[in-house]
Amino acid sequence: MAENKTALVIGGGFSGLTAAVEIAEAGQDVVIVEKNPYLGGKVAQLNKYFWKLCPPVCGLEINFKRIKNNGQVRFYTLAEVQDIKGEEGNFDVTVKVNPRYVNDKCVACDACAQACPSYRSNEFNFGMDKTKAAYIPFNQAFPFTYVIDAKACSKDCGKACAAACKYDAIDLNMKPETINLKVGAIVMATGWDLYDATRMDILGFGKVQNVITNMMMERLSAPNGPTGGKIVRPSDGKEVKNIAFVQCAGSRDENHLPYCSYICCLASLKQSMYIREQYPDSKATIFYIDLRTPGLYEHRFLWKAKEDPNVTLTKGKVAGITEDPATKDVIVEVEDIFSGGKVKATFDMVVLAAGMVPGTKDSKIVKDVSYTPDGFVDASTAKKGIYAVGTLKSPADVVRSVQDATGVAMKSIQSLRRR
Amino acid sequence: MEKKFGVYICKGCGIGDAIDIEKLSNVAIKDMKIANCKTHDALCSPAGVQVIKDDMKDGVNTIIIAACSPRVKYEEFAFAGTITERVNIREFVAWSQAPKTEDTQSLANDYLTMGIIKTQKGDLPEPKILEDLTSTILVIGGGITGMTAALEAAKAGQKVVLVEKEAQLGGFANKLYKKIPMGAFYREPLIVDTDIDKLAKEVESNPDIKVYKSAKVAKTDGQPGLYDVTIDSNGNSTTEKIGAIVMATGWKPYDASKLDYLGYGKSKNVVTNIEFEEIAKKNNGKILRPSDGKEAKRVAFIQCAGQRNANHLPYCSSMCCATSLKQAKYVRQNPDATAMIFYIDMRTPGRLEGYYKEAQNDPGVMLTKADVTGVSEAASGNLFVEADNTLLGEKIKVEADLVVLATGMIPTTREPQEYLDNLVKEAAKGDDAKKAYLESTPKPEYILNLAYRQGPEIPSLEGAYGFADSNFICFQYETRRTGVYAAGCVRQPMNMSEAQEDAAGAAFKAIQCVDHAARGVAVHPRAWDVTFPDPMLIRCTACKRCTEECPFGAIEEDEKGIPFYKVNRCRRCGTCMGACPERIVQFKDYSVDIIGSMIKSVECPEDEFRIICLVCENDAYPALDTAGINHKQIDPSVRFVSLRCLGGMNLVWVADALSKGVDGVLLLGCKFGENYQCHFVKGSELANYRFSKIGETLNRLQLEAERVTMMQVAINEYDKLPDMINEFVEKVKEIGPNPFKEF
Repeated sequence: MAENKTALVIGGGFSGLTAAVEIAEAGQDVVIVEKNPYLGGKVAQLNKYFWKLCPPVCGLEINFKRIKNNGQVRFYTLAEVQDIKGEEGNFDVTVKVNPRYVNDKCVACDACAQACPSYRSNEFNFGMDKTKAAYIPFNQAFPFTYVIDAKACSKDCGKACAAACKYDAIDLNMKPETINLKVGAIVMATGWDLYDATRMDILGFGKVQNVITNMMMERLSAPNGPTGGKIVRPSDGKEVKNIAFVQCAGSRDENHLPYCSYICCLASLKQSMYIREQYPDSKATIFYIDLRTPGLYEHRFLWKAKEDPNVTLTKGKVAGITEDPATKDVIVEVEDIFSGGKVKATFDMVVLAAGMVPGTKDSKIVKDVSYTPDGFVDASTAKKGIYAVGTLKSPADVVRSVQDATGVAMKSIQSLRRR
Repeated sequence: MEKKFGVYICKGCGIGDAIDIEKLSNVAIKDMKIANCKTHDALCSPAGVQVIKDDMKDGVNTIIIAACSPRVKYEEFAFAGTITERVNIREFVAWSQAPKTEDTQSLANDYLTMGIIKTQKGDLPEPKILEDLTSTILVIGGGITGMTAALEAAKAGQKVVLVEKEAQLGGFANKLYKKIPMGAFYREPLIVDTDIDKLAKEVESNPDIKVYKSAKVAKTDGQPGLYDVTIDSNGNSTTEKIGAIVMATGWKPYDASKLDYLGYGKSKNVVTNIEFEEIAKKNNGKILRPSDGKEAKRVAFIQCAGQRNANHLPYCSSMCCATSLKQAKYVRQNPDATAMIFYIDMRTPGRLEGYYKEAQNDPGVMLTKADVTGVSEAASGNLFVEADNTLLGEKIKVEADLVVLATGMIPTTREPQEYLDNLVKEAAKGDDAKKAYLESTPKPEYILNLAYRQGPEIPSLEGAYGFADSNFICFQYETRRTGVYAAGCVRQPMNMSEAQEDAAGAAFKAIQCVDHAARGVAVHPRAWDVTFPDPMLIRCTACKRCTEECPFGAIEEDEKGIPFYKVNRCRRCGTCMGACPERIVQFKDYSVDIIGSMIKSVECPEDEFRIICLVCENDAYPALDTAGINHKQIDPSVRFVSLRCLGGMNLVWVADALSKGVDGVLLLGCKFGENYQCHFVKGSELANYRFSKIGETLNRLQLEAERVTMMQVAINEYDKLPDMINEFVEKVKEIGPNPFKEF
């Protein structure tokens, strides 16, 4: 019999959030443990979804509203699961909650950030801009509470933030806390990380200034991104009128990620539309191996891109990326699959369609399950009562992740209801 | 409930610097006659909240909080058992207006007045729980999706009724020789038994699952928690009491006779991927070709046969690439045999790539990208496959013993949808056309046979090619028939393991639905809402607008055309309220009168402009809120009034506002059309339709059409929205003040 009727969801990205609100709306208590200071994960960083080109915060907002109105979802941000003991229906979970240095009294008035003299690299925008050490992750964040990055904090400013706060919301003496949770079912939903693009030497990321990743491109295009949504290149802020997308940057490559990362073809097609919409005189080229737009996407998305004479889809493997030192333009060398030989082309900016690495690749908190060499969860080996969702099992888009998260909600209530 | 009011005004977050709090308090105390009006430096602080809690001990049960947006501090300001109204004077006033001006003050005053009126007119809702509810889940379709849905629901403690049209369970999986292994690794054996019999046995032996075979749903009457489903099976008719429905009726293969350009129908040795499975199954893995029973040793697979093709299926069926790789393995069970796969793009997303890699490592499987240009007959029943743009050279011609066409899937919902859509089109031409259509067109097999005024099936969705999909990315199990959840390939093209995940998800939503019916609350997207529409039918004129417009088919009509709600189908969007010309639809906290009275309370001084802006609370409101957070200035003449969905917009509000002297009305709703973003599917589109009729009202009032505008906005357009609004205000100012101000 399940002694504990609460479900634990590890990870508050879209999969975890979905699993949590769905379980809660079936009448069970849920706790989310999220490592970021906000919920929403990668989806919060996306400008638009493929294929609808709608803003992902729209769905996040509804899910946040579901949390606000339901009352059965509790969540811890800046928190990590440290240990899991026990069995289905009766797990003991140890969670470390890192200090936010800002308590619930925060009203998000921005006074602390205005007073703070220190800056930090903004990881939400992949380091493309800076925030103060006292900051709000983004302007539609949930919870809408500021956070202080202790690593960036100068500590000799005389606690300017605390002095500026009229609401007694800043507590620089906050310490990490360890809490114990008793739960009946566990949902692993730690999502994915972008493959480290510097590992692909020939693609120039980190050396060629105007080579960025697909996730950086999302931030560059977003109204709440580092440029307010204006797509300009990093080296000189020049408008990007001629862009290339390099597909399978790491994916489908035995030396990097042997699998396909599912979302990158659709993401690059979408991003080519960002450019084409922003600059009507722009050109986009996508270098691909196979165009993988499965399902109902074909007509509504791939054909739409193909109809645009300024979008070129080229089947070919990129052999090397270099920089023109004078102009900072990016030179892409491509193997022509049909004729053999190599072709060179120059672009203002190049986007690497970097792949997905499961969150469990480097962080295997849950021991009662086995992992593939690539770090994916082998769901068939999971202990009863522990369920992995979405991209932890295989790369997936939001649609598939939501579908799976709802399915996992079913498994969780089975565990919680088991007699 | 006898209301005892309390108004609480926060001075924090710059509110006190922007607004004269004493003047604002006087709006409550003097104008609205609520003596109990308190202010606090930080109302959300424990001390501030305590002020409200102390008053509650003295009986205050109707609480108006003028402070920040309701999107924040929701825990602090949650007071169970009370009517609590949040008046947003932080983001909408203090953070988006010049401080301490008269304009800013009157804006805050108007918002507080509106908030108070809302609580005066509204009531505390109580859930409506219908009697004799049942929680049994009906699963339609006994294929792998349906069986999985049934088992998952049963494992969660639910009773299940499963209806399968064939004499045995299993669906398409029955035809399969083998399947792709579903574990975390793709290694030998790369083809494994489907074990569909075991699954069927598990379903049939489960005491909580009642199985009807050779059966179909003849009628589905009622609403979630209270369906009467008539099941015809082997000449018998039974009625089951059902709570919610999982529709897992799957797919049909595309009609290959339309693929004569690929040789189908011309040569017996051109078969579909399903026929190929049957061949392999019948001969226990041996590939004996249809024309002469000879073993096929060179088998060519043509991918996307009639798919990704404007003349056939414009979409990709997702599963065919991996299926052909699997079927190549059937061929390769004979080490002397070879398989050739011609593809446009090899689509093995995710970890399925590993399965593709295994095929690439097999020297007996040739894979090439190709545009297949034709299939022609060769000697002794063999075939030539001709292709262009291949990796092996520009134009190639390859001889094969057998050609397999990777044909796609058509959802079982497509035929009924097309039939019904065409019926509507013909009926619009007149009774004769409708009659002719009914007589000449064979009636397809319906799936749900809903006894609904709006028709027997789930309405079709633009751009979904008959799939019972939602068009929502974030919310996969939405349909326009509450309580009916589509799963598997009837919803979207997908493979077997995805269909099994999908089955669990849909069955879960069905369980949630019956649970919500039992608690008397709505389902997604207002899953917490205990209010429900309660019309004053005595004034109904039977105009049928509500019954026609409800996006979810929640309203039926009696023989006199008077509507009645099947409340468990209702999503509480209020579209019916917007549609009703008699203004009789009301919720306890949301009605034509409540919103109308709020709008009418807005002061319209002679020398100033006033604009009413009706906003969707799901997307436009958060966008405006974010604009406020970014301190974007919005013209102070604009008053925002939020609606559950713009579909609830009633034209009477616009007419009343204009006749009162409001200078312009702006409607902010979600994007509609193919890529609609409305959480109630049709709400914003219906608002737009209603808006298009506004000319009549304006004509009558002799006002300029430009005074009323509708805009489609997305939640992330907060950067553009203030300018869009300000431009509209400028336009209205150019037209000049509303002449009705003088009256």
